[in-house]
Amino acid sequence: MIAEQRHLIEVADLKTHFPIRKGLLRRVVGEVKAVDGVSFRIAAGKTLGLVGESGCGKTTVGRTLLRLIPATEGRVLYSGRDVFALRNEQMRLLRRRMQLVFQDPYGSLNPRLTVENIVGEALAVHEGLSVHRRRDKVMAILEKVGLASHHAGRYPHEFSGGQRQRIGIARALALGPQFIVCDEPVSALDVSIQSQIVNLLKDLQAEMGLTYLFIAHDLAVVEHISDDVAVMYLGRIVEYASRNALYANPQHPYTRALMSAIPRPEPRRRRERIVLAGEVPSPSNPPSGCAFHPRCPLAEPRCAEEVQSLVGSASAEHRVACWKVSEENRRYCLQPRDTI
Amino acid sequence: MTEPTITQPQAPVRSEGYWRTVWRNVRRNRRGMAGLIVIGLMLAVWIFSPLLATNQPIVCRYEGRWYFPAVVEVFQARRTGPQWINKARPFNLPQFDAKEQLDPDDFAIWPLIRWHEYEQSSDFLQPPSSRHWLGTDELGRDVAARMIHGTAVSVKVGFVSMGIAALIGIVLGGLAGYWGGFVDMVISRIIEIVICFPVFFLILAIMVWLEPNILNVMIVIGLTRWTGIARYTRGEFMRIKGQDYVVAAHCLGIGHGRIMFRHILPNALAPVLVSITFGIANAVLVEAGLSWLGFGVQSPDPSWGNILRTAYDSLNVAPHLVYPPCIAIFLAVLAYNLLGDALRDAIDPRLRGTT
Repeated sequence: MIAEQRHLIEVADLKTHFPIRKGLLRRVVGEVKAVDGVSFRIAAGKTLGLVGESGCGKTTVGRTLLRLIPATEGRVLYSGRDVFALRNEQMRLLRRRMQLVFQDPYGSLNPRLTVENIVGEALAVHEGLSVHRRRDKVMAILEKVGLASHHAGRYPHEFSGGQRQRIGIARALALGPQFIVCDEPVSALDVSIQSQIVNLLKDLQAEMGLTYLFIAHDLAVVEHISDDVAVMYLGRIVEYASRNALYANPQHPYTRALMSAIPRPEPRRRRERIVLAGEVPSPSNPPSGCAFHPRCPLAEPRCAEEVQSLVGSASAEHRVACWKVSEENRRYCLQPRDTI
Repeated sequence: MTEPTITQPQAPVRSEGYWRTVWRNVRRNRRGMAGLIVIGLMLAVWIFSPLLATNQPIVCRYEGRWYFPAVVEVFQARRTGPQWINKARPFNLPQFDAKEQLDPDDFAIWPLIRWHEYEQSSDFLQPPSSRHWLGTDELGRDVAARMIHGTAVSVKVGFVSMGIAALIGIVLGGLAGYWGGFVDMVISRIIEIVICFPVFFLILAIMVWLEPNILNVMIVIGLTRWTGIARYTRGEFMRIKGQDYVVAAHCLGIGHGRIMFRHILPNALAPVLVSITFGIANAVLVEAGLSWLGFGVQSPDPSWGNILRTAYDSLNVAPHLVYPPCIAIFLAVLAYNLLGDALRDAIDPRLRGTT
């Protein structure tokens, strides 16, 4: 990472808590800490992969920073501007710069609109283009995502999952955004289609200079597309590093467990497989201390009491939130070794 | 890749839209189509009622000249119609009776029923005959003519009152479902309050205060029967507002109004339409009931309800008179229900068999 890089997105201590209401008076009896203090930065034109099990708050992070879900605490800066402080009209303008691609290619397209209207609606609303100019623009975008112009008059149900995902990407691209949150864009697709969509996203990034927050639970896909990777567990980032550093040298026990679960096409090589016991705890009632400690093979009493913050571990940029790992690394840092 | 290369830009060909598919499915449903045909017939009878049953010929040649007395009468009856059309002599003279004085040899096209709905004759409580197809009532009025003119009331009551109800129900239900929270709480309580009143008696009570006429009947039915529609709409809006495509619309910076009307409403409308169709059937029934009790359409204006009332009053003398209005009300309600069923099945086959 180069120090003077311009950061398009800066997220600082983002928290999103959902109240749990009960009873006739809908009193708040607790809260689900879906996102509980997440910070990261994404440089312009780069991709941050956000990985974690389902239910760990990845999607909520994406939606909160686009202001689709109100944040409880924290700040999001887009090009230095505080997204949460914007008034509605300014926010509407900023919406053109930040977009979202959805996981579910079936639920994310309005079944009553043709592809032309799905992709072109934002143009009509924001730019007030005439029907003809709008059509030209829609056709150009469709071509860019690999669809043909005769698809424009069709309805979503006439397309396959991969094609629908292309339509969703076209819709996100319509206003010429700089930043796109890709919320598990390939998880619902066949493996053969996944690579097509990931490559399409990479091509578009190269061509248009897009910045991505790529949310996924598939580490292999994330490795392919990301520059940096953040691993989330129960509302917090537990490890945050450049892709090469993370994949070469995973630090956090959770990350190691995830890594060991990636299928590798080398059957002869014996690998240690770390199998985690138990389930992801409920974010409405998280374990004390480090949320991972009930399932952690390295856990010690301190882990149940305090949370280690995300601190530089293997290197200043490779940050891990784990007592054991940072302890080990303190020793390890005395004899520095070339990482990365 | 065998993807065909596009050489020239084509205008996008629209695929079959949602409503077309629904229509195709409704057409396949025989009972639904039967209902639709009955409703269509009722509409036709309503529109052409002035030419179907009146005591003036539609076209006739009298003393060497052509006349269109029944057609002219239609314009004269409407105060908004062109005032300059006056019925030519002798047809405008009250003592001129076309049925008697028109020479049988003269060319004339008569309406199906040669009686006017108010026209009284000296034949009271006649059984059906070639002269009076469905007999006459206690004032000697032709029941067939009254039935035809009474169709207008049933058709209008159904559509106008449910139009009012749909407007209120969709707007309130949509707002409640979309905004949730406090708005939802207030609107839901209003709905619950309105539901608590027994509708028929509420209408009765209101009709005591208002002048009993068809317009008031329609307004009162509309103002009281919107709760079902509102609840349906609310539920649909709540379901749909969480869908990804609505989130996408928010993310694109599309305004709330546009999201509600362009993204949510079209997807919510189908089940609401089904409940509107059933509501029309109910409105027809309520109007007939009100008119039967004397709170709806007032005599001498005909409606199926008050025709039934008159028939009921002379039940011992002329029992045949109750059949026409009963059968008509039954058929109309059945037709709307069949259409509603067919629509529901066409919209979502999973709902088959529910109401």
